[in-house]
Amino acid sequence: MICLGIEGTAHSIGIGIVKDTKGKCNVLSNIIKIYRPEHGGIHPREAANHHATHVADLIKESIEAAGVDFTDINLISFSQGPGLGPCLRTAATAARALSLSLNKPIMGVNHCVAHLEIGRGTIDDCKDPVLLYTSGANTQVIAFAEGKYRVFGETLDIGIGNCLDKFGRAVGMDFPSGPKIEKLAEKGKQYLELPYSIKGMDIAFSGLLTASEQYYQKGKRLEDICYSMQETTFAALTEVTERAMAHTEKDEVLLGGGVASNKRLRDMVQTMAEERGARFFVPSKDLCIDNGAMIAWLGLLMYNSGIRMKVEESLIDQRFRTDMVDVSWRD
Amino acid sequence: MTEKTILYRGAEAEICLSNYMGYKSVQKRRVRKAYRIKKIDDRLILSRTKGETKLIAEARKQGVSVPIVYDVDLKDGIITMEYIEGKRIKDIFNDLNKKERIDICKKIGVSIARLHNGGIIHGDVTTSNMILANDRIHFIDFGLGEKNSEIEAKGVDLHLLMEAIESTHSKYSDYFSYVLDGYKKELKEDANLVIQKIEEIVKRGRYR
Repeated sequence: MICLGIEGTAHSIGIGIVKDTKGKCNVLSNIIKIYRPEHGGIHPREAANHHATHVADLIKESIEAAGVDFTDINLISFSQGPGLGPCLRTAATAARALSLSLNKPIMGVNHCVAHLEIGRGTIDDCKDPVLLYTSGANTQVIAFAEGKYRVFGETLDIGIGNCLDKFGRAVGMDFPSGPKIEKLAEKGKQYLELPYSIKGMDIAFSGLLTASEQYYQKGKRLEDICYSMQETTFAALTEVTERAMAHTEKDEVLLGGGVASNKRLRDMVQTMAEERGARFFVPSKDLCIDNGAMIAWLGLLMYNSGIRMKVEESLIDQRFRTDMVDVSWRD
Repeated sequence: MTEKTILYRGAEAEICLSNYMGYKSVQKRRVRKAYRIKKIDDRLILSRTKGETKLIAEARKQGVSVPIVYDVDLKDGIITMEYIEGKRIKDIFNDLNKKERIDICKKIGVSIARLHNGGIIHGDVTTSNMILANDRIHFIDFGLGEKNSEIEAKGVDLHLLMEAIESTHSKYSDYFSYVLDGYKKELKEDANLVIQKIEEIVKRGRYR
């Protein structure tokens, strides 16, 4: 079975085509185009306009890259939520148009669950991981328990990427700031004390953001602030992930989301996993960031487990929670 | 201490069997984490060991069952305390009969209210951190706790338990209301303010 997936929850529009081969995910193509605001953060309507402008060409490009024909596609899936309304609607509209014109079934999928399933689908030994999902808007620790993907820990205020971006904006960096902060942090020498806020398996960043901005206003070295921010937030993220692993008694950890590209975060989680005797997995970069292949793969899993969706049921859900999905494709 | 028998390896500490002047005891040893820098590691181990010891003592004063602390080693982050012979609520919760489960939930609520009456926030109220022994629920692991009398902190504390019951005992997620029954009965201030706060926290969470 071949599925074409359309991702469009936030700044990225992605078209991925995947095929199932003996239960594993075979990515045939995965084309991503990212909206970059000239200044400031993501304006939802402008991001949606960007997606609408490019989606048709990207679909053609993805079909070509996959070496398939439109008639080979068996299923169309799209990111149903969570995300920014205008962006979600653009992706959903494109999916409905394709589904109706090709006369192929449609499937709306949960974006956060897709980040986890793409790890399980593409990495051989990754079977039952705890996912640390870190992106701009999302920071969640997700694991499978009692028939659902449950959120064991999450941010109580802003996502980690959002925290880094907001700091970056306050000190004059372009969006996204994460990679710039990572570079500067490498030159950090002195650790500046920052709030370390975890509540059980939940986490909060806004106090740390304010404190970091205050250090900047007081004229502390930017490199030291970036270093201290990374060390503190990533240590807290690693700690809540480890807590979730201990709590759920799982011995696999998977990274997902844009912030998982950060080398320091990877190193920390990997070290934690090694100390626990657990296995550490991270998908390739294009499958870690928002992408269409993961949407296609989850749609395919759902369809194969017997789930069906009519076009009139394909409404988007900006607040689509991870634990609202009935996971019928796993035991 | 010669050899150590590890009873449980948690995320931040090892629980080892020990003997303190003839008493069967456990040692909670906070483990150094190679993933974080030494400054953060030192600060967390010291403040949590210190804070936990203090909160255990205060919880006892409020009438909440907790292990007796025998010794504290701040340098190495080790607390030696009473061994509580019992069962974790997490392990027995799903197998209880309805009446027992309601009773346990109410008792949990009463104990949390007593902690909150004393301005104690547990900080990690999950069923893994409660041990049933001699018909009493013992609270352990105050490592993420703090002294705080604000409604917000109390709400976050209860919200944690609500989430823990939802994720670990999903079949019985509605039993959280019995926890609140016990809590209302025991809390000195108006429990409805805290309950309203829980609703607010739920809505504040992402995608609610």
